[in-house]
Amino acid sequence: MTIEVEVKNVTKIFGKQLAKAKKLVRENKSKEDILAQTGATVGVDRASFTIKQGEIFVIMGLSGSGKSTLIRMINQLIPATDGQILIDGQDLTKLNKQEMIALRRKKMSMVFQNFALFPNYTIIQNVAFGLEIKGKDKAQREARAHEALELVGLKGYDDQYPNQLSGGMQQRVGLARALASDTDILLMDEAFSALDPLNRKEMQDELLRIQSELHKTIIFISHDLNEALKLGDHIMIMRDGQVIQTGTPEEILTQPADDYVERFIEDVDRSRVLTAANVMIKPAMVNIEKSGPRTALREMRENNTSSIYVIDNQQRFIGMADARDVIELVRKQQKDLGQVLQKDVPTTNPDTPIKELMSEISTTPIPFAVLDEREHLLGIIVRGAVLGALAGDGVTE
Amino acid sequence: MDILIAKLPVADWINDFVKWLSGFTGFFNGVTNFIGAIANMFQWVFDLIPIWLFFVLILGLTFYVKRNDKKWGLLIFELLGLLFIWNMGYWRDMTQTLTLVLTSCLIVYVIGIPLGIWMAKTQWVNMVMQPVLDFMQTMPAFVYLIPAVAFFGIGTVPGVIASVIFAMPPTVRMTNLGIRQVPVDLIEAADSYGSTSWQKLFKVQLPLAQSTMMAGINQSLMLALSMVVIASMIGTLGLGTQVYFAVGRNDAGAGFTAGLSIVILAIILDRITQSLKK
Repeated sequence: MTIEVEVKNVTKIFGKQLAKAKKLVRENKSKEDILAQTGATVGVDRASFTIKQGEIFVIMGLSGSGKSTLIRMINQLIPATDGQILIDGQDLTKLNKQEMIALRRKKMSMVFQNFALFPNYTIIQNVAFGLEIKGKDKAQREARAHEALELVGLKGYDDQYPNQLSGGMQQRVGLARALASDTDILLMDEAFSALDPLNRKEMQDELLRIQSELHKTIIFISHDLNEALKLGDHIMIMRDGQVIQTGTPEEILTQPADDYVERFIEDVDRSRVLTAANVMIKPAMVNIEKSGPRTALREMRENNTSSIYVIDNQQRFIGMADARDVIELVRKQQKDLGQVLQKDVPTTNPDTPIKELMSEISTTPIPFAVLDEREHLLGIIVRGAVLGALAGDGVTE
Repeated sequence: MDILIAKLPVADWINDFVKWLSGFTGFFNGVTNFIGAIANMFQWVFDLIPIWLFFVLILGLTFYVKRNDKKWGLLIFELLGLLFIWNMGYWRDMTQTLTLVLTSCLIVYVIGIPLGIWMAKTQWVNMVMQPVLDFMQTMPAFVYLIPAVAFFGIGTVPGVIASVIFAMPPTVRMTNLGIRQVPVDLIEAADSYGSTSWQKLFKVQLPLAQSTMMAGINQSLMLALSMVVIASMIGTLGLGTQVYFAVGRNDAGAGFTAGLSIVILAIILDRITQSLKK
């Protein structure tokens, strides 16, 4: 495969006395020494890597590792202090302003952690933004924006405004905006980090589905190893502005470069990263304060389940109702689901490793309810999904 | 000590500077004619339209800007207020005051908004302009009248000039602030899709700065209105003149009614421009 992006010894130093700091970086001085001597902060320290066409390249690191700075140097939102960034053989750091604008329009689009949708634009206008900037006429750009919205599963929201959409939907719009621009490279800066676990999983699956159709070159920033392992064709791990290791997920897992990476993947090895959030599925749900037995019954029929999870107006989980009991209620023409509520449903939080739940799951016939700290029902864990996940098929990791 | 014996000749310097500036008669005549033409145009329109049409225009405009929040108390206030001004015999004075305010504000916006944008985009302009704006805003407005008369004679034009200097800062500042307040990730989004500076300005920064800018625009309007009495001292006609005369005649009643008319006009202008924000 051809190489799309090549980054050579790229360094970013924030502050004054850049020349001196640059020299110290080349002399392998530590970040702390350089800060003490010059007052300058080293954001990225001589990062080198290559990204192949059509792959998802995940840059992973904790906050302060320089990953966000690095991705912004790839589209020159932040100019590099030193080094080369080659795209199509062109060195980005040498381009003038006009050439850089032209390259951004043609080559790259970006998805942001907090979506960065324009609140004054409708959804369709947001998605068409990249094309509007390029000077495409209205009909043309809206047609393209429609295609992109359809691709991310957001048909029919054209004339809404971003604040009318949920976080997950807003990020779909962010993704659609990037896709609509028809650029080869997608820069995704912690794109799914602001989403709740279910939405994040859904968006990861969505991205993989879209990628299997479009084969873009995706540079994905993440602080979440599970996400990196799931999405990445290659993963690069950064710490304190330096590249620690670059490799395929298998390489990272089986041959960690140093203690730091090893500690990172420790959790992965022990439980194969599965937590309750990874294996939960969406249950049939009904709001007890809005609906009665008939609605509950219809929900169950639509979802092909024999039980339904009951929540209150605050979305809090309050219990479960069995289909037989509900039918009984309907027959007696009674309206209150509360009478047949089973309250002794086992619960867990989304971050609990599956290992800890295993013995209970195998003995309890009732699925586990996954609740967050506010007791909102996020999902349920059914036995089949857990077994499937452990056998390695179908589920997240 | 020497510093107590010899006063620094700052006043002399300024007088010399003003004298030197007065040499540019051609330039100042040009400005006077230009501003005079704008003011005359407004006044010509106000004199041309019959009073009932003026009522209809003001009420219609209010109805239009208030159509969404459906609060019609202002309409009644405007009707009664304007009838009061008419009844007191201050109609023409009111239109002259309106001419002063509108002419000043037009100039304030045409200069102030681009200046605010420039400040937001260029750091050194910001650093230079901040103290200048402080100076413009805090220098007692009377002081502007002195050179204004020297350069522009007496009448409406020097009143407009003094009002422009006094009323400009909020528009400049709020434009600057509004643009700087646009969230950084939206600026990054605009940049990352290859926006030019102009595209970024017109498609992202100005629309998102709009409500902050409107607050500045409203403030400038109010400040311009607050200059009407002061400007009357150099012969700018309007409601301020009536207040000024009343002071001279020690006529509390006339002073109060003219003052009340200014308040009514201020409330009408304020409420209409505030509604534009939303």
